[in-house]
Amino acid sequence: MPNIPQKIVHEYLRHDKKFPHVWCAGCSNGIVLGAIIRAIASLNLDRDDIVMVSGIGCSSRMPVYVDFNTLHTLHGRSIAFATGVKLQKPHMKVIVITGDGDCTAIGGNHLIHAARRNIDLKVILVNNNIYGMTGGQCSPTTPHDAIATTAPYGNIEPDFNICNLAMGAGASFVARTTAFHALEMQSIMKDALEYPGFSLIEVISACPVIYGRLNKKGGAPQMMKEFRDNSIPLAAVEKLPPEKVEGKIIRGILRREVRAEYTAEYASLVKRVQAMGGE
Amino acid sequence: MNYEIRLSGSGGQGLILAGIILARAAVIEKRRVTQTQSYGPESRGGFSRADVIISDEEIFFPEATNFNCLLALTQEACDKYLFDLRETGILIIDTTFVKNLALAAENTFELPFTDIAQEKLGSTITTNILSLAFLVKTTGIVKEESLQQSITETVKAAFLDVNLKAMQLGYDLAANYKK
Amino acid sequence: MLKKTTKSTKAPAKESENPKVESKLDELQNKRERKNVLMQGNEAVAYGALDAGVNFFAGYPITPSTEVAEILATELPKRGGVFIQMEDEIASICAIVGASLAGAKSLTATSGPGFSLMQEGIGFAKITETPCVVVNVQRLGPSTGMPTSPAQGDIMQAKWGSHGDSPAIVLYPDSVKESYELTIRAVNLSEKYRTCVILLLDEVLGHMREAVQLPDMANVRVISRIKPTVPPHWYKHYDENQKYLSPLASYGEGYRFHVTGLTHDALGFPTNKSTEAGEMMERLRKKISYNIRDLVQIESHMMEDAKIAIFTAGITSRAAKAAIAMARHEGIKVGLLRPLTIWPFPDDAVRKMLRNVETVIVPELNQGQLIHEVQRLIKEKSDGSLIPIQRVNGQLITPNDILRKIKEVS
Repeated sequence: MPNIPQKIVHEYLRHDKKFPHVWCAGCSNGIVLGAIIRAIASLNLDRDDIVMVSGIGCSSRMPVYVDFNTLHTLHGRSIAFATGVKLQKPHMKVIVITGDGDCTAIGGNHLIHAARRNIDLKVILVNNNIYGMTGGQCSPTTPHDAIATTAPYGNIEPDFNICNLAMGAGASFVARTTAFHALEMQSIMKDALEYPGFSLIEVISACPVIYGRLNKKGGAPQMMKEFRDNSIPLAAVEKLPPEKVEGKIIRGILRREVRAEYTAEYASLVKRVQAMGGE
Repeated sequence: MNYEIRLSGSGGQGLILAGIILARAAVIEKRRVTQTQSYGPESRGGFSRADVIISDEEIFFPEATNFNCLLALTQEACDKYLFDLRETGILIIDTTFVKNLALAAENTFELPFTDIAQEKLGSTITTNILSLAFLVKTTGIVKEESLQQSITETVKAAFLDVNLKAMQLGYDLAANYKK
Repeated sequence: MLKKTTKSTKAPAKESENPKVESKLDELQNKRERKNVLMQGNEAVAYGALDAGVNFFAGYPITPSTEVAEILATELPKRGGVFIQMEDEIASICAIVGASLAGAKSLTATSGPGFSLMQEGIGFAKITETPCVVVNVQRLGPSTGMPTSPAQGDIMQAKWGSHGDSPAIVLYPDSVKESYELTIRAVNLSEKYRTCVILLLDEVLGHMREAVQLPDMANVRVISRIKPTVPPHWYKHYDENQKYLSPLASYGEGYRFHVTGLTHDALGFPTNKSTEAGEMMERLRKKISYNIRDLVQIESHMMEDAKIAIFTAGITSRAAKAAIAMARHEGIKVGLLRPLTIWPFPDDAVRKMLRNVETVIVPELNQGQLIHEVQRLIKEKSDGSLIPIQRVNGQLITPNDILRKIKEVS
């Protein structure tokens, strides 16, 4: 039997329980979910040892569909919950699914502190530039001048560069990809799952039904084409003149540096304290 | 009967530590004790007080309301709490800072504790232990050796010597005090 | 049947790899327990938590609860447990819920402003039936208020602070010794009832020191959550049984369950069906109301012949007891009814009190919270029989304040 990707994904879903899913046609969340599952399958990880934690938003509905240990938490707080899980069971792989609003608006504080601690969480941030589930309100990554229901005359705020934000806070593994680049996404996720430390993967994704309609982006295919045509891999950036890089989505692993991981640091602290004999 | 003591002054004078040491001395003697405190949110300056109630019966209300003994290390503390001292209560004031005594209690003991600490011990930091030892010797509320044991159990080893010196000086001042 | 775990002399957390280290830790623990020591309320909470088997603390410093965090920062690593200072109180409550789902006995400690921030997380722990304990050392509010002054202003918040209907278990000690005991009870009840249990302390109690002798570990009753015995495909995260107490699996044990703050079915999956939503809400309610006898604890002090009753909780009851001693000395028949569990409210005991006395005095360090619960239970008496004493200025209600009122009404 050939390893048909769809079959692999199917094996990891709670298909008998919670389908059909809540996502709109053309939404990128399914692509992200598929990439995560294929990355996990390629590493042959025991699904009992995987915890998927999420906040509130469209992408945060993902855990309910997958056959792992799953935790669908409060708006913005997925990283804080995940920190508790990871510290209690450091051997488990803790994957956080979050969105641009969830993680960089209401949950921004938890993001920067988890990055600073370098706790081994795999944060997959699905950035669709909008609050989709609630009908299209402005998020910290809604581009300047873009339309949202709470920015009906165009957004006057500058947007976050999420990867720069995470790197500024000390994140040790930071990557960006798009929903168009499904195989690249899978490969980055595989790298992140094997990497010992805080990992942030920003997935630029399409919300054709809400964001796309408000901003006249065309349908899902047009948005995917835009990701393809408007992004460049990190490796190519150096070879291009600056004007060709300007305004483009830069894809790839932007930072991967080895730094002391929090749960390992804590374990060695316990060892050190216990060696002192409790004095 | 409850014996109610209030140690009062300003933040940074070590009164809460003195209260803890006195309370621990009572615990060493297997007596009932409560120790409470009140202070502002800052760790220096402002009001500070520590209450210690020592009893052989169950202590219900944990704060001193009608003191058997009041130690006042600042003018403000003296003015604020003097009127809650029992008629027969013992008032101990630090005349380094308390210059004006609104009401002379029958049992008033006045010494410039802060100046003495600076002069004899080289620092005002042990004023709390110096005045506490004076209080213990004067009131007899706990045994001198219990206080010594409590100081030994409470203060850091590096500061033990100077604190025990302060304690001894406090005892001597009380023994030689002339009204 | 719930598992009764009698504590061995072993440290409560994860086993140490080095047996020598372990025995040394035991030695330290036993040395502490045998002695009559001077102990602070917050310290008693920390040691109560350790003796109850708490092995995970996440918190954020705040006066007047900080000592709990400081002691556990020192003690938990010795026992192989986890201490983490989070970025805020919201993160703290979320981390202890996450840790609990991964199998920890978890606790956090805070005060007014932090308690307000934690409310959404407390609601999450309740709807997901995840055991955890929140200690709130109350200070004067609202807002920043007076951080080092006492108030009993969070009594209603402890019950209603989180949005939606969410029955609460809230305990309220009045001494250092009882702070230790009720911390253990709070952890035990959180494990047994699978919910967030709140322990309310008064600022004065948190910082107060008293002589206490903690019991030997052999005499400490520790309850731990029931584990499922069924295979994973039969596991229901919210299984029904007569008392609404159901087994709880942890992440990583092969059960791969789903937890959500959305209204859910018995398996834990979100639902929009009104029948399932209604069932879930009923389950949360009945879990408390069907077990009132197990949850409610009261102290009845000199109530046998009392014509006047004082009803109060926490530190104010200490003033009441002192006032009662003075009033009794003058021949006035007055007693005290004190809830150790304030939520669920001890309706039956209060009704009985109202039947047996002529006047009830309710002193509290707020503008009227407990008194409304007593008022609610008055059916026949005139309103005049219920007398408030309320103070919110950072000072305690004193024995004399209460004595004066007793004399006025006697």
